[in-house]
Formats: sequence, structure tokens, C-alpha cells
Amino acid sequence: MQAFEYASPRSLQEAIRLLPAQWGPTDVLAGGTDLVSAMKDGISTPQRLVNIKQIAELHRMTFSPRAGLHIGATVTLRELLDDGAVQQHYPGLIQAAEAARSEQLLNMGTVGGELLQRPRCWYYRNGYGLLALRDGKSLVPEGENQYHAILGNAGPAYFVSPSFLAPILIALGATVQLHGPRGARSLPVQKLFVTPTRVGQREHDLAPNEILTEIRVPYRPGVRTAVYEIREKEALDWPLAMAAVALRQEGGVLRDPRVVLGQVAPVPWPSPEAERTLTGKKPSEDLADAAGRAAVAQATPLSKNGYKVQLARIAVKRAILSAVQQGG
Amino acid sequence: MKIRVKINGVTREDDVEPRLLLVHYLRELAGLTGTHIGCETSICGACTVLMNGAAVKSCTVLAVQADGSEITTIEGLSGRNGQLHPLQQGFWEEHGLQCGYCTPGMILAAHQLLSRNPHPSRAEIRKALEGNLCRCTGYQHIVKAVEWAAEKVRAQAEHA
Amino acid sequence: MASCKYDWPAAGQRDAIGKSTDRIDGPAKVSGRAKYTYDINRPGMLFGKMLTCPHAHAKIKSIDVSPALKHPGVKAALVIQDVGSEIQWAGDEIAAVAAVDEATAEDAVRLIRVEYDVLPHLVREENLSKDGDRAKPAGEQKVGDPDKAFADPEAVISEGFYGIPVITHCCLETHGNVVEWRGADSILTHSSTQNVSGIPSQLGAALRAKKINVQDSNIETICQYIGGGFGSKFSIDRWGVVAAELSKQAGGKPVKLMLDRDEDLEVAGARPSYFGHVKVAASKDGTLTAWSSETWGTGGPGPSGVPPVPYILTNIPNIYKKHTSVSTNIGPARAWRAPNHPQACLMTLAALDDLAAKLAMDAMEFLQKNIHLAPSYLVNTYQQELSKAAELSEWSKYWHPRGDKTPGHLKRGLGVSLHTWGGRGHAGSCNVIVRPDGSVTVQSGTQDLGTGTRTVIAVVAASTFGLPVDAIQVEIGDSRYPFDGASGGSTTVGAASAWTRRGSVDALNELFAAVAPSLGVQANQLEARDGRIQVQGNPSKSLSWKDACAKLGAKTIHTVGKNPGPCNLGSVGVGGVQVADVTVDTETGKVKINRLVAVQDCGLIIDKLTAESQVYGGLIMGVCYSLFEEKVMDQTIGRMLNANMEFYKLAGIGDIGGELIVHMMTGPGYDERGVIGLGEPPVISPGAAISNAVANAIGVRVSQLPLTPRRVLAALAKGGIA
Repeated sequence: MQAFEYASPRSLQEAIRLLPAQWGPTDVLAGGTDLVSAMKDGISTPQRLVNIKQIAELHRMTFSPRAGLHIGATVTLRELLDDGAVQQHYPGLIQAAEAARSEQLLNMGTVGGELLQRPRCWYYRNGYGLLALRDGKSLVPEGENQYHAILGNAGPAYFVSPSFLAPILIALGATVQLHGPRGARSLPVQKLFVTPTRVGQREHDLAPNEILTEIRVPYRPGVRTAVYEIREKEALDWPLAMAAVALRQEGGVLRDPRVVLGQVAPVPWPSPEAERTLTGKKPSEDLADAAGRAAVAQATPLSKNGYKVQLARIAVKRAILSAVQQGG
Repeated sequence: MKIRVKINGVTREDDVEPRLLLVHYLRELAGLTGTHIGCETSICGACTVLMNGAAVKSCTVLAVQADGSEITTIEGLSGRNGQLHPLQQGFWEEHGLQCGYCTPGMILAAHQLLSRNPHPSRAEIRKALEGNLCRCTGYQHIVKAVEWAAEKVRAQAEHA
Repeated sequence: MASCKYDWPAAGQRDAIGKSTDRIDGPAKVSGRAKYTYDINRPGMLFGKMLTCPHAHAKIKSIDVSPALKHPGVKAALVIQDVGSEIQWAGDEIAAVAAVDEATAEDAVRLIRVEYDVLPHLVREENLSKDGDRAKPAGEQKVGDPDKAFADPEAVISEGFYGIPVITHCCLETHGNVVEWRGADSILTHSSTQNVSGIPSQLGAALRAKKINVQDSNIETICQYIGGGFGSKFSIDRWGVVAAELSKQAGGKPVKLMLDRDEDLEVAGARPSYFGHVKVAASKDGTLTAWSSETWGTGGPGPSGVPPVPYILTNIPNIYKKHTSVSTNIGPARAWRAPNHPQACLMTLAALDDLAAKLAMDAMEFLQKNIHLAPSYLVNTYQQELSKAAELSEWSKYWHPRGDKTPGHLKRGLGVSLHTWGGRGHAGSCNVIVRPDGSVTVQSGTQDLGTGTRTVIAVVAASTFGLPVDAIQVEIGDSRYPFDGASGGSTTVGAASAWTRRGSVDALNELFAAVAPSLGVQANQLEARDGRIQVQGNPSKSLSWKDACAKLGAKTIHTVGKNPGPCNLGSVGVGGVQVADVTVDTETGKVKINRLVAVQDCGLIIDKLTAESQVYGGLIMGVCYSLFEEKVMDQTIGRMLNANMEFYKLAGIGDIGGELIVHMMTGPGYDERGVIGLGEPPVISPGAAISNAVANAIGVRVSQLPLTPRRVLAALAKGGIA
């Protein structure tokens, strides 16, 4: 790991002042579970780390039916899981955070860091950049793309968005608060994620001198949620596909369904096709299956990841069935 | 950077480079080599220690992140007279180890489990140890070792 | 009664032998006191790091380590492979530095400048037609008249393609050493090695070849504890020699040079791949008549190894086989637990399972029917083990013809496999020392890989002396002790039990001679039992062990136990049978292990607990390579993409959700063969057993390991019951 200087400011303003206007020289450190690994591998080579764990206001979590759930960026996944209000009102969020498990990771990893973790694409992690370029050409289409994107993969980005929390947060209509030198802004979680189209562009709509401070999740009583993920190993493994679902049942039919896929595209992938399939229909296994098929109808698999189309379809189907079977 | 860390009940202060990892701090500065280095990227769990009672993988924690915290390593589990902790006894009695390289991390992950849940089911034991890989024991005896320890702790509590 | 003086005691008189003894290295390991090589911190120690080659095939055009040497904190730097060297795999060692701490060493390595001429490479071999002149014939053999047998119109013929990729060893402790010079002509190494006694001569020869003069006798190697080896840690390796050179350059200061995880996965251990087309024939009643296989594999730049097919059923009357070795730039192969056997086992037992399915025969019955084609000394063992495995797995209850017809997407299936291994004790020796105060020490330059060597030595010595196990002090893991062979090929338990027994019997006889006069009998009338030396059958005429040893006066008994030696204490050739019980989710292609049953013979068991532990450990390694492990190489960049433990996947505790059932064959028919090694056998069968179980569940063969969702779904897309 290359040497760097370390700052541990106590206020948000101080932290923002320490961040330069370009990527590279400075990184924000929270739990460090992803960043420190990336630094060891030479993927991130900051000259300065700004630790935001000492900033008290980033470590708050509040809930009220009116304001919903506000999660400070440095709240750990373990703290999220142990929170009574989250357990009571946001079971889908609990499922998603559980899926990110190992116990050790839950203890160190933060909610903000989970959203902003970098992709696991093995070309990226081996130093070929987010776009996996060699001599100006992506290594992915003809390479080992078994874990790469099946949607939104027209190029040049083929990696998959790794966040476990993003799909359910999007399904729940959550927003993130970002603070920079010119103040705060708010974004729907979906908008936090972007598909880079050129070298040097990041996969998040986040300026180098901005800090993600809080996630706000509306309270929507009566909404049923579920997350389903499929991976090779039972744990400590990245899903090959995951789906998050939020919906209501009214008079025996489904209302306002949200279906968001994870791990299948460079960004979390909402599926209006699946949502249309579900809206106003009576839930059934066949309907869930039809929604799964609709969700992957536009998939464009690469040479070695066709199987992920099937997995994404099944993840959507099972998440819907699981949501429907829940009370609430 | 100056840091102050209480390791196994003893406070120490050191001036460290920000890039020093907690695992190296423990092994090289504090001389506590029972915390092992395995995968180096927070997968295998051989480097697991307790930070303020919570299991963390010290290979991806900077020593400066541990500033002000209390750390427990495998060396801190035994009593002053060298009396083994019930988990340590359990891993021995139930053959929860072969080469032993993963063992300290396994024990500390199990320690967190028992401190949160003194009567875990087999499924809960397996879930708590998902962050720790073993290459040669087969896990079955590791589950039995944790069960043994939970039973022992319970018996000790009833006795006391 | 024993007819040869070192013979194992008869059943009923074996004391701790064969019982369950807690491993004596347990307390050190659970308390963190056990020092692995990685844990050795010596005064003034420097940290070594290497620069490795980023190209799979290249020639070094220029190299300059001087910027590294000038970096503050750097105490030594050297070129490992100089200008003109042809590099055959990415990750190969080019240059090295030693510095005051690890971070400084890393900084310095980044300052080394190397230019390469990049050459063409091949890193993927599964498609033989694309391997070109990298493919070299590696043996062709014909027995009987296979063409005629396959042409028989009565024959039932099954054809299939099967494959198993290159995997790595992935020891939890990476390879490496701490090396220091003690004066100008003496070296101490702490080495993570399976070969304590062998390291000094390897290092000595390597250094003398570099004109660094040191005698083997002045090199000491220590390895008290090791975090896995599995066949990959027999050698001092280039990085060990480099550590010695760096240390010399730094005035003898200790240099710790452990491989990083990515280096370890790229270069420090790989098992050759094995792919092949197999055709097998049987008569309508299921009797095997012919085998034909065309196979290939890669072991990196060197030869691939030639797995012995047809496996086990070697006496099939008509055989044709041809093997091709593909030279690739993936890094060198190393012996991987039971070299060549897991590959041969999968190729054979999967092909036979497919044939049994074609014959509409129960796979277990099919093996019973053809087991006479196994080497004769194993036939009886296999018959018994197949029956036992059928019983323990409830085969008749859960097995069904190919394709679980239960509605829904969860399909359950059973598969069976069998395996064999040699496991004769290697050549080696020990000191047995009995002191006048009654203390007993056994010393040997052997090693304990976690397999229980220490415990085995203590159990054998204790049982021979009639003492409790904890009365024996075991000192191993230091090359200054008597020579012992490398721990590979399941040879350690056979050796350690035999040399301990011989040395202990000799020591006991010396003690008897010293004690006999005071008990008024001849030495040959004495026995050691329950902590006493007594007249045979007459406990009233006895001395406590302590009092007996006091009769030695100023004398200490010191005997040397050797293997091989007189009396048959061990033999060779074990059999094992395994059954896998799996559930496959046909919608996701995920394979879940419900149960694994392992029935294993290993002759006379010394410690039941460590023996069973070995089988459990073998099973989990088997699950790892059956479901997850693969060294994934990218042909464009020539590098391993998953040189980390995130994507080089090992089974976690949740992946062995079900039950592992281990049954050791013991008693008459087994014990009298003496001790036979057990490290390799249980890791051989899981690949075939699990693959067969999946085929039984879903009705179609998944041709290649590991059985990932990708491969299972691809197989299902071609057929099966889903």
C-alpha cells in the first residue's frame, strides 16, 4: 500500500474542505472494508484519506412515520440490522443487509460505503480500469465475462453494480443526501448510479469533493418487500443476480409494484416491464414468472453469461412470491 | 500518527504510519502473532479480532481506525493463569482444528456469537462463522466445538 | 502373540492405539501460542518483497534494481532473473528487495525498472484443437482388442466428455520463509514446509550453485506449525533461496519473505487439468468389456502428469488410452493431494456411472458387479465398503434411476465413487530418550501438517511404554533432529508410527535390562503396563515407571528408531468408497450437499480422532473443487483473473450445510495390515461422487467440474428432467 496522510475531521465542513475537486488524490474512508482492500491492490492510490467516522452527525439514525427512516452514512450494517424500527417497518432492507453478510463485514461496513463500493469486476480489480480496457479495447466481450452484465451492457461498461442495498432502496423510493462545498443536494438513489461512458468517469453521480451523508427512506405502510439473491456459495460471495421488490395488495390485486434488479447491469436495474406485468393483477406463481420473463426480455447476454438471464428471471419471480407471501 | 489502543486489557500508545494495518500493528508492534494473515483481503477471517467487542477482519482495518478502541486477540481470551477459555477448550476437545491456522479467527468470531446469543442453534453457529474459511477441518467439528463451549459457559453460569 | 519383536500389540492390548486421543498440539493452537512461519519475528528482521513478471511469456530486455537499493530503509536488493531470461508465466519472480518494514519493501519494489519483449502465450487448454504445437503426445496404450469389443453388436456403449480444470492449493498460510545467517557459514531458516529434513540440502545446493559456500550440515530448518501444504510445500523454492541471498547481502539479518496471496495463487501451486472423451462398453448384463479414452491436460510449462485411467477397474479386458500434455503459460504444477487420482477418478467413475444409467442399472450394483476388475487385494475391501456406504447413505431408499421425477424445481440424487491410494510409510528416523527421572522424549526431523503427527508419535510411544499420552514429550519440526522424509503422499503416519514403535521397543528393552536384576527376573520376563514395569502377569512384582527409570543411575537410554526396519508395521494400498447426496435447484442450477458418506480403510488406526479429521478435511476439499474451485485464466492478458480468495472460491461453513458421515473400516481384516496413510484417499472421490449425484438428480451429466450454476444450467438446457 502506498503511503498517504490521514485526516479524521470532526465536522462535515472540515471534511469537505479536505477534499479536492478531482478524483484520485483523496479518498473518503468510512468502514474501509472495500477501500482498504483496493488500496492494498493498488487500485486506489490516494495521497490522503479523510476518515468520516468521527463526524457525529453522519452516525445518526432516526425514524418517524412522517419523515420515514433517515440513515446516517456511517451507520454500520450491523447497527441497521439491530435497529427496532428498521426491523419493524423495513424488512426488505433487513434482508438486503443480511445478504451482504459476513458478521465481520456487518460490523465494519457502513450503509454509505455499501452504496459507494466499487465494482468487483475482475478486470477492474486487476488494474484494467472500470472499462476493462487494454489497448483501447474492452477485455470483457471476448474474455471471462461469466460474472458481467446482461443488461445495460452495450458498452463500454460491462461491470455489474455490486450494492446489495441499492435495489431495495430504489424500490422503496429512497433518496440520498450529498454535501459538497456549495451545500447539499438530494438525489433519488437510482440517480446516484450512472453507467460510465468514458475513461475516468465514475459509476456514481458524486463529485470528488462531495460526501454522501444520509439515506432517507420513506415510510410506506402496507408495502410488502422482499429481496432474493442467487450466488454460487451460500455466503461471502457476490450474487450472480438479485431482485428487490416492493408492492401493495389492494382488493386482491397488486398496486404500485417496484421491481429492481441488482448485479446484472452497471447500475441497479429497475424493470418497468416487470412492474407493468404485475400492476392490477392478482398475484400467482404464473404472474410472478411472467414478471420475471418481462424483466429479462431485453437482456443481451455476453459469450459466457447467458445463464445469468435465467438467474435474474428466477430472482425476480422468487422475490415477488416472497413479497406477496408476507403479511403487512 | 499517535494512536492509543487497549489490547487485551493493556493500553499502549504508538506512533504509526497511517498505512499500517491493524493486523500488522498487532503482530509486529504488539507481538501478538496469534492473529493470522490469510487472504489479505477480508475474505478468509484468519485475522479476525474483536474491536470493542465486535468481530472485525484486521487485515483491512487501518491501525489508525482502531485509535481509542479496545482490541481482544486470541491471546487475550485465556485467563491470567493460562486457563483456556471455554471456546478454546471446545476447539481442542471437539477437534475443531487441524492445521490450526484459521482457529484463532474462528474462535473470535464464535466469541462474538456467544456474547450476543449464549444458546445458539447449529444454524446460528454456521451463520455466525460464515466469514471464516477453513481449508482442512471440514467445519463439522467446528460447529461441535462452539456447541461444546456454549454448553460449558451455561454450566459455569449455573454453577456460579 | 507378537511373533516379531516390534509388532503392534494384539487387539485388546493396544492401550491408546486406535482410541480417540485429543491432539497434543491443541492447546498451542487454540491459544495463539503456536508459531507458524508467518508468525516468526526475529530480532532486527527485514521484510522481503519480490517484483514479479506481469506477462505470461516474455524475455527480459533490461533490468535495474539500483533505484530500489537507494530507497531509504532498503538493506538489500537483487536481480533474480537477469537480462535474456525467458519468463514462462505471469507472476514469475524477477527481482527482490529487503527493507526495514513491509511497506518500505513494497515501495522499493515499485522503483525497480524492467523492460520485456513480450512473446506469444497460451493459458487456456480446454479446447485441444486450438492448442496447436503446444500439445505433445504423452502416452498411448492398448490392451486386448478394444476395437473388436466396441464393435460387438451385443455391447452397450456409453460415450461422454468430462473435464476438471486447473485448481490451486490455496493454503491458508502462504508459502515463505524467514532466513538468517548465523555468522559467515551457517544458516537458520524458518520455513513453511512439508519437508523439514529436506530443506537444508535443497538450500545448500541452490546457494552453492550461486557460488555462495555453505555446507548442508550448517543449515538448520525449523517448522513447528504450518498453515496447510497439500503437496505444494516440499521445496525451499526460489523465494527461499532469494531470502538467503538477501539476508547475506544485508549482513546476515533475518529476512522474512512470505508470498502475497496473489503471488501464492498465481505461482505456488496448481493441480493439472484433465479433459477427455471416454467410451466404455459393457455386455447387456452389465459386465464391463472395454474402455477407450483420449485425454489431455496441462501442468503449465512442464508435463501435465498422466492420471491412471481406467481408475480402480484396471483389469477391464480391452483398453485403449491416449494422453496429450499441453504446455501452457499458467505457472508450474505442484503435487496436489493425491496427484492424478481425483482427475482419474472423475474421468472413470463418471463415465461408468453414465454407462450404468444407459444399462438402466443401479450404480451401486454396477460397481459391485464389476469390482472383480479391481486389483485383487482390494476387491474384498471394496465389496465390504460398497455395502457399508449403501447402508449409511440409505442408498436403497434415496437412489432412483436418472432424473428425480418429484414435481417442483428441487431434485435430489445420489452418486457413488471409489478410490485407492498407496500410503506406505516413508524412510525416516527418530531418537527415543528415556531419562533417569522417567521423562521420555521422542525427537524427529518430521513435521506435523495439522494431520496429527505429534499425537501419533505420543500415542505410539505411550502405548509401548504403558504410559499416559501426556507423559511423552514430542520434539519435531527441526532439521537438527534425526532425518525424516517429506510429508507427502500419505507417508507420514506409516513412518512416524513405525520409527517411534521400533525406537520405543528398543528403549524399553534397555530399561527392562536395567530393571530386571532388582525384580529378580530376566529382562524378557518383564512388561510395561499402566505406568509400571512388572513381571509378566504378576503386577505384585513391579516398579513404578519412575522407580524403574531411577535404576538407570547416571545413564540415559537413547535409541534410534528407523523406518523401514524389521517386522511389518505398515503396508500399502487402501480403498475407500464415498456417496454424495445432493439437491439441485433446476431453476438456478445450484447444487446443495445434503450428506456425504465416506467409508475408508487405512489399516491400523493410531488415533481415531485425527484419522476421522483427515477424512472430514478431505471431504471439504473435495466439495471445494467439485463446486467452486477453478484457476480462471484470461487468454488475452495471459493472467489469472481470480488470484484472490474472493473469486478463487473455497467452500464456507454454509456450503456444507448437510451432514458428513465418516466410517473407518477397522478390526479383523484391516488392523493386521498395520498402519497406512490417510491424507490423500478421502479427497479423491468427492468430485466423481458429487458429479454422479447431480446426474442422478437432474437426469443429465454436467460434463465439467466445478458444478457451478452456469454449468448445471447449460447441461439442463441440453436435456435432463427439468
